[in-house]
Amino acid sequence: MSEWGELPLIFERSKAGRSACSLPHYDLPEAKVPGNLARSEAPRLPELAEPDLARHFSALADRNFGIDSGFYPLGSCTMKYNPRLNERLAALPGFADLHPHQMPEDAQGALELCFRLQEALAKISGLDAVSLQPAAGSQGELTGLMLVRAYFADRGELSERRKVVVPDTAHGTNPASVTMAGFELQPVKTDAHGNLDLDDLRRVVGPDTAALMLTNPSTLGLFEEGIVEVARIFHDAGALLYYDGANLNAVCGISRPGDMGFDVVHFNLHKTFSTPHGGGGPGAGPVAVRRELEPFLPVPRIVRREDGSFALDSEQAKSIGRVRGFLGPFGVFVKAYAFIRVYGPALREMSEAAVLNANYLLARLKDVYELRYDRLCMHEFVLSACALKREHGISALDVAKRLMDFGIHPPTVYFPLVVPEALMIEPTESESLETLDAFVEAMRRIAAEAAENPELLHEAPHDRPVERLDEAAAVKRAIVRYEFGASAPASGQPAAST
Amino acid sequence: MGTGYLALTDADREAMLAAIGVASIEELFVDVPEQLRLKRELELPPSASELEVERELSELAGRNVPVGRELSFLGAGVYDHYVPAIVEAIVSRPEFLTAYTPYQPELSQGVLQAIFEYQTVICELTGMEVSNASGYDGATVAADACFMAAHATGRKKIAIAGTVNPQVRQVVKTYAPGFGLEIVEVPHSGGVTDPEALLAASRGAAAAIFQQPNFFGCLEPAPDLARAATEAGALAVAHVDPLSLGVLEAPGAYGCQIAIGEGQAAGNRLSFGGPHFGFLAAKKDLIRRMPGRITGQTVDRSGRRGFVLTFQTREQHIRREKATSNITTNQSLCALAGLVYLSWLGPKGLRELGETCLGLAELARQKLPVREAFAAPSFKEIAVRLGRPAEDVVREAKKLGVNPGYPLGRDYPGLEDVLLIALTEKRSPADIERLAEVLTEVLA
Amino acid sequence: MAAAENYPADLKYHSEHDWARIEGAEAVFGITWKAQDMLGELVFFQPPTVGATVAKDGAYGEIESVKAVSDLVAPLSGKVVQVNDKLKSAPETINDDPYGEGWLVRIELADPAEADALLDVEAYKQLLVEE
Repeated sequence: MSEWGELPLIFERSKAGRSACSLPHYDLPEAKVPGNLARSEAPRLPELAEPDLARHFSALADRNFGIDSGFYPLGSCTMKYNPRLNERLAALPGFADLHPHQMPEDAQGALELCFRLQEALAKISGLDAVSLQPAAGSQGELTGLMLVRAYFADRGELSERRKVVVPDTAHGTNPASVTMAGFELQPVKTDAHGNLDLDDLRRVVGPDTAALMLTNPSTLGLFEEGIVEVARIFHDAGALLYYDGANLNAVCGISRPGDMGFDVVHFNLHKTFSTPHGGGGPGAGPVAVRRELEPFLPVPRIVRREDGSFALDSEQAKSIGRVRGFLGPFGVFVKAYAFIRVYGPALREMSEAAVLNANYLLARLKDVYELRYDRLCMHEFVLSACALKREHGISALDVAKRLMDFGIHPPTVYFPLVVPEALMIEPTESESLETLDAFVEAMRRIAAEAAENPELLHEAPHDRPVERLDEAAAVKRAIVRYEFGASAPASGQPAAST
Repeated sequence: MGTGYLALTDADREAMLAAIGVASIEELFVDVPEQLRLKRELELPPSASELEVERELSELAGRNVPVGRELSFLGAGVYDHYVPAIVEAIVSRPEFLTAYTPYQPELSQGVLQAIFEYQTVICELTGMEVSNASGYDGATVAADACFMAAHATGRKKIAIAGTVNPQVRQVVKTYAPGFGLEIVEVPHSGGVTDPEALLAASRGAAAAIFQQPNFFGCLEPAPDLARAATEAGALAVAHVDPLSLGVLEAPGAYGCQIAIGEGQAAGNRLSFGGPHFGFLAAKKDLIRRMPGRITGQTVDRSGRRGFVLTFQTREQHIRREKATSNITTNQSLCALAGLVYLSWLGPKGLRELGETCLGLAELARQKLPVREAFAAPSFKEIAVRLGRPAEDVVREAKKLGVNPGYPLGRDYPGLEDVLLIALTEKRSPADIERLAEVLTEVLA
Repeated sequence: MAAAENYPADLKYHSEHDWARIEGAEAVFGITWKAQDMLGELVFFQPPTVGATVAKDGAYGEIESVKAVSDLVAPLSGKVVQVNDKLKSAPETINDDPYGEGWLVRIELADPAEADALLDVEAYKQLLVEE
């Protein structure tokens, strides 16, 4: 533990009078800012030369774990390998140095890439029209709900259709998006088999229903067996179906949301389509819709003219407007498009491998951890540490922290809420059998340690730069920026020499 | 073929299927109703090798005209500032690039500490007390600020200056119906916003939003605008250029409660509009209303300093339908690039950069054969009257290898002959001479 | 740190895990042991303002722990006359002593008869068993 040492904040490495930058010096006339608008006190930005800047961020990177560092089975996040080809292509000057206000005739390559990506996503989803604009999955969700809203407003039904149905297994962004779009939340239960409770559904769906928000497979990693009936219930009531594409990795090329009955879909390019998560973004959340909803898509739309050239069309009177600047996160589009081009129709093999890997882990772990729903899973599955809690006082959190000692990133814990002490495991298709077996060994070892040596688990992790952190203190003390003028690092240990 | 990304061999597959107890992969999809199974291949172009994909995308990239293939003075919200090589070296570290959101802090101290440093830098620039970990872009953070202000004040109206970037105003208008907000725009007078007009529009408003420098490149009477907002009982929200904050006053110092903006100019390439990042910072009494992630400092069980995501109860994954926002993935890597860039600049570099931009704009004023559209002083962009439709002038100038700027008529009726010219440190006095030559020729 | 599980007999209970101690024309509200146990260590209490009206079964404030935030549900209607200021700096008092030092607000009752609709301690304990 002590070999890590304490890492200074960049402000603690700062020394007045130096900087890393070099700026051109031009012979320029004097230009002053009017007194009352001028900066009075300089911002306390770090003062380091470039070598120390490089060392500081290198030290930070050394204390971080990415997909390249090891197995990262975070359920619902699809932590697959991020191909480096994609990075190289997004950095091509023709893309990276292209100004978004460039005349469309001088951005034809970029517009064509966007258009082709739209077409690919339409094919994958089995729907008709696509907007690439939303900046992340949750923005895609909100956009999707705004489209639903616009559709009903156009039909004069919006004042009746107030409710969006969301299952109790839903990702937290779903209810939040419902509120932000101005709808009311109508929860519906999941049955003992892990599907939507159809009786509960029939009870809650009616003329006041706008839509269903559903992930399929669900956050339990289970395919909604009654989806055809579910779609019928909503469509018969005049409502729409919205597909949260977070779990699309399970069914690419195998089943299409459009065929399942969904009218609006969002994709997570940073999940299914391999663009890197970057420690929390950037991502992209494009949406696809059935023809009836096309008029409401965000503007500008990317269109192909008769002569084959590409243009931007903002003349869409029924559009919900703009949800993000420009056309969306273009650099992310380049990466996703490259990934789709590498696979082509073999995206099916990607999903098959994802589902195979998950079922293999499930088969080898379900005797050691509790499985609520005894079915084959799709690309992810949820186990419970309930038995360990009951018998040895070991929680899902303890299991997660101990996995770190094995060089493995923990799965998602405590989600979905319907499973207590949940461990949501999604291996993705990127993993080799050796990696999967190592994970199985680690999980089985931990279950044994729960009985033999619970203290070891309570005190995990043992080999990281920090032990478990006091999150309550973080909220109460609310130190959310560096306190200039405070003294040396809190622990009193000498600063690491990196 | 995609198998370069897939590690299972045929033998592996067989062993795994046996362990699961099924005969084929097909059987794993038993829960998918037959009628929903795709019976043919996806209609996508056939899979291609890495080099073929590179060839295809290089061809597409080659059909664009990036800055570098023309002398460009385009700005209007996104700017061609120099991105130092160290930024790219750091953000391509796989431990940053391929990591997820730092929900497991013991594995993510790198990202968490970087976000804490980023939050500090944003607070320093804007004079605020709390910053989030970034928003999607400069437009969506304006919608976030409206949401915050509406919840904090209980009021349902937003006043916004007409000189705020049109895309920012468009996004706010898109979000407004869902939030139940009325949006009132304040038209400019002489290229800036009249504080009296903003005061009138801000009565009963949750927030008043203005931009500094504004979309025309002009310097607004920002302290007066902040005062007008506050007098009307609204939160004063300034949308600012981060690279102007070495020479322009911090919004927190002249009476604003919230500061937002587009962070692209700090260390992120143009990339045809994204990914970039938005920043959002506020006075500390608004911390519980703030959407997005916040990193906080704490200690571990042995007293070591460490960083964690905090105030998470406001976020989507706990408060669910009562969340302050639905944001999950934000723009972490882009914000990291911003942090590295601003650290590379340091306070003196930021000041120097600001003075260079001011000087270049002044030089352009002196050298260009056109007069300014507005009397107000500016920072790094000037709006000039051409006497002819700006769209035509741009097309003709481009034939001579120069993209002279952004035609304001695209967003402002009546300004069809006005061109917005951006001067960053990547444009030299020689470049301005060239622009002057080209404009002279085109306008002759 | 946190108190041992207990439910005083002299209190009235609401199914959302809030309690009321009736003292003549006034009542004091708080959250039960079960509530503080479910939430975990409490870090923040968002009280109503003194003078505000609260409605039976309505939300009158928020209580926040590291992992969750929860509405506080008023067991009875009335007007807020006092708020426990001690909780500003020490919200964890609620975990330590949910029925004593960890009281949340005092109200002037609008309709004392509403107390009839509340659960007594046995009924509340029964509810906990069923959940």
